[in-house]
Amino acid sequence: MPHVNEQYDVIVVGAGHAGCEAALASARLSLNTLIFTISMDSVALMPCNPNVGGSSKGHLVKEIDALGGEMGKNIDKTFIQSKMLNRSKGPAVHSLRAQADKADYSREMRYVLENTENLTLRQGEVTEILAEDGKVVGVKTVSGAVYNCKAVVLCTGTYLNARCVYGDVSLYTGPNGLSAATHLTDSLKSLGIEMFRFKTGTPARIDKRSIDFSKMEEQKGDEEIVPFSFTNKPEDLQREQISCWLTYTNEKTHEIIRSNLDRSPMYSGYIEGTGPRYCPSIEDKVVRFADKERHQVFIEPEGTYTNEMYIGGMSSSLPEDVQYAMYRSVPGLENAKIVRNAYAIEYDCINATQLKPSLEFKAVEGLFSGGQFNGSSGYEEAAAQGLMAGINAALKVLGKDPVILDRSEGYIGVLIDDLVTKETREPYRMMTSRAEYRLILRQDNADLRLSKIGHDIGLIDEQRYEHVVEKERQIQEEIARLEEVKIGANKEVQELLESLNSQPLKTGTTLAELIRRPELTYEAIAALDPERPELSREVIEQININIKYDGYISRQLKQVEQFKKLEKKKIPADIDYDAVNSLRNEARQKLSKIRPESVGQASRISGVSPADISVLLVYLEVLRHNNNSEE
Amino acid sequence: MKTDTIAAIATALNNAGLSIVRISGDEAFEIIDKIYVSKNGKKVLSEQPSHTIHYGFIKDGEEVIDEVMVSIMKAPSTYTKEDVIEINCHGGVIVTKKILQTVIKYGARIAEPGEFTKRAFLNGRIDLSQAEAVIDIIHAKSEYALSSSLSQLKGSVLEKVKEIRDSVIYDIAYIEAALDDPEHIIIEEYTDELTAHVNNTIKNIEKLLASADNGKIIHEGIKTAIVGKPNAGKSSLLNNLVGEDRAIVTDIAGTTRDTLEETIQLRGVVLNIIDTAGIRNTEDVVEKIGVDRAKKVAVDADLVLYVIDGSRPLDKDDYEIMDLIKERKAIVLINKSDLDQVVDIDEIRKLTNKEVIVISAKNNTGIETLENTVEELFINGKLSFNDEVYITNVRHKAALEESLASVKQVLMSIETGMPEDFYTIDLMNAYGKLGEIIGEEVGEDLVNTIFQKFCMGK
Repeated sequence: MPHVNEQYDVIVVGAGHAGCEAALASARLSLNTLIFTISMDSVALMPCNPNVGGSSKGHLVKEIDALGGEMGKNIDKTFIQSKMLNRSKGPAVHSLRAQADKADYSREMRYVLENTENLTLRQGEVTEILAEDGKVVGVKTVSGAVYNCKAVVLCTGTYLNARCVYGDVSLYTGPNGLSAATHLTDSLKSLGIEMFRFKTGTPARIDKRSIDFSKMEEQKGDEEIVPFSFTNKPEDLQREQISCWLTYTNEKTHEIIRSNLDRSPMYSGYIEGTGPRYCPSIEDKVVRFADKERHQVFIEPEGTYTNEMYIGGMSSSLPEDVQYAMYRSVPGLENAKIVRNAYAIEYDCINATQLKPSLEFKAVEGLFSGGQFNGSSGYEEAAAQGLMAGINAALKVLGKDPVILDRSEGYIGVLIDDLVTKETREPYRMMTSRAEYRLILRQDNADLRLSKIGHDIGLIDEQRYEHVVEKERQIQEEIARLEEVKIGANKEVQELLESLNSQPLKTGTTLAELIRRPELTYEAIAALDPERPELSREVIEQININIKYDGYISRQLKQVEQFKKLEKKKIPADIDYDAVNSLRNEARQKLSKIRPESVGQASRISGVSPADISVLLVYLEVLRHNNNSEE
Repeated sequence: MKTDTIAAIATALNNAGLSIVRISGDEAFEIIDKIYVSKNGKKVLSEQPSHTIHYGFIKDGEEVIDEVMVSIMKAPSTYTKEDVIEINCHGGVIVTKKILQTVIKYGARIAEPGEFTKRAFLNGRIDLSQAEAVIDIIHAKSEYALSSSLSQLKGSVLEKVKEIRDSVIYDIAYIEAALDDPEHIIIEEYTDELTAHVNNTIKNIEKLLASADNGKIIHEGIKTAIVGKPNAGKSSLLNNLVGEDRAIVTDIAGTTRDTLEETIQLRGVVLNIIDTAGIRNTEDVVEKIGVDRAKKVAVDADLVLYVIDGSRPLDKDDYEIMDLIKERKAIVLINKSDLDQVVDIDEIRKLTNKEVIVISAKNNTGIETLENTVEELFINGKLSFNDEVYITNVRHKAALEESLASVKQVLMSIETGMPEDFYTIDLMNAYGKLGEIIGEEVGEDLVNTIFQKFCMGK
């Protein structure tokens, strides 16, 4: 009998961005929840870039918020600069990004965790997952304590067998010198789980006082703040913002890097993990894009009460002396004092095709996982998975069906479907181009898309949900009205159009038609529409988008209809692919390994052809008939 | 399962009898209403009772394509249990193809191989015991369509399509990289370059489309091999067949000429003479084709024209060739009737069991008989001719047209000031459609191109 023996419903391992969301979701669904962290001082730590959001990641945060997650609220509390990227582009790619005060972000999240009912925080290293008959029953910590539970959510981030490397220095620690988790991998392997080894990296932090900002371009935040959380109003979030700064590398920087490449652990083969192609180290950029004369360097504050500045664009694993030389070759950084070195980090993660779309392991019932452990990268990707893993772990304990978002419902759906369907061989990052229905998966309509699901789960309260329902009603009603109301080609109309640099009318038209013109908006034609109701800014935004891009949007909605048909064709969990005659061998192997839940998911596995899908459909039909006749 | 509306030619394609174009799916009636006109111009087929047949015309806008009988069958009492329309037309390859094209233009898509059968099965129309047979059909047809689609695509066209696709994916990757990382990759500087690329892409696709109409995209016709011993008169025969009025030049401007074919037309029957590279320049290439060569060529061919020099006695090689063509569609030509004849025609007829025609390529005699024989073979369907070829062509053309429309939409979007992220929606559509022609899927192409070509941040 172990010296400690406690009982919980759900245990979350790791209190990073995934773990926090998982634990909060579970506790908020009234389940007795325990969350382990390797250090109480590293809850919701941001060990790399000091910001949240950005292209497609901003979408994820909005979706997390619409489902009742915490990330959006937490960044709204703690941002020190906010910016809507791609504002001049279409609404589908508008992307909100905020610089965080890292310490505040961490502290605020910890505060929320510590004050959530049913939730217990515990410092300690989990070393073993306890399972009986392929079912999770608890975890064991490094001290031998046993915590029994019905479900476990693994959110170990980059800590499993972590190793930080620069030059010939190699430290067996997690990020920021925190201790690594060195036992759990073996326990997972003994449960039959296949592990990958990935790597990522971070740039140096430099003392603000040693930077000459006069040689750099100032990057200010937006004057009008857009909140991440749908529960916040823009006017409540206006605050003084802190600038970022832009400078560039030059030929000299590149020369320093090139002449020291032989000392880089990446190029000497000392690091084996697979790195992400989308955030290459500066040495990677110099080698792979040799004809580029300079690379951008963004100097970003790590917080209000620190002088540390993050050197965005120059992550590296070169030796310390080379780091000094290379950073100091950049204008404004001539006298730079490094506070923390840049380093690369290697860590164990899983092949996520071992997971169901619910993020539960196929092989171990009740074992869920989320975040970088699943082979993704980024705080937002982690939080999104953590939330879904936490929700589904809780639903499992409650004996309910899991919640699975599909690719037409959210970026979260795209993210998880990609992870569990395509064998990703590098840390996976969200991109808007991965979302095939992105015109309808906008950050501005995440509440309209997902609040109902959040409400059904039990994470969005009645009042908040009613608000969304009302918003939707107003949008639909007003669009219908605008499509109806006719406008004649009279003098008043022509004059207004002329004043707005818009072509005069040849015949009568509707208000909606006018809004469709690129140069006009709902607001611009107010004078022609005295009957219009009073509507909020958010409602008007939806009206503009829906009317202006109606053609493209309805095309995508039609594609979604087709898509849904294959998603709805479920494949029985116990299907024996060897019994499906005429599948090609490659398809049979892939299907047997990944065991997709629907024909739609099967069709996205590389190596499964349309003919294989036809064969599968025919087989399922036979199966269905045979089952029916047995009953 | 997709339940969009599909169409295909349901009968064997030849120049005789009736042909049927079959449509199945939710939009079958919507489509037929747009392209069918009754004699008095008033009948709307979607308003007619199910399982009736109607006389009228198929029109594409103002252009009348053919006089037809249209059978309408409403779901669920149909082969696929969906709305089904069958257009019975006068037959003839060109007209049938044109009707199919029109149906596609107004919203159907070409059925995948075996798709009607698949739908019939999945909708419970076909007995479960036939599941294996259904799977076999899907498989056989898929493999056949893929191999025929690729083998019929001319090498130069394949290259051209790949080239266009590369350019398109680069543009998409540029825009997407900029949208993904707007602080590192600036899109505003790219619009002019993009416009130039898009214009160029439009030109290239239009060029391909123009050649599609002349049958220059795929090997459309009967793969024909002329075999025989050296000096039997093979090249004279070909030169004779490829007269001024018959020759079709096969080049697509600006692309490498295919090496493997010469297309000739006999009475409307298209013959692709295979493996005769450079035949008109180097007279003796064909003459070098010995028995070994003949064997190889004959295997690939739908039709073998075996030329014998009637003025010389048969030898070992001749018997070998005759043995070879016994199991194949072939016509035996006894050439050089202008010289003294020493071969025994009856013996040859007996050995080959084929039509034997006496000709003189030099004096141009007997050629008409040959033409009659080929026409007969074709029209009466004695020759198993590859229907899929025509479908492939329609499929390719539809894909080219769709990609062209998509790319043109990009230009429109640029002109009307639509945001950049809309460009990639249409470009991606074009990329996918072009991929269908050469049998390539989109997969991870975009993400790979982005990472390969553009330096992302952090």
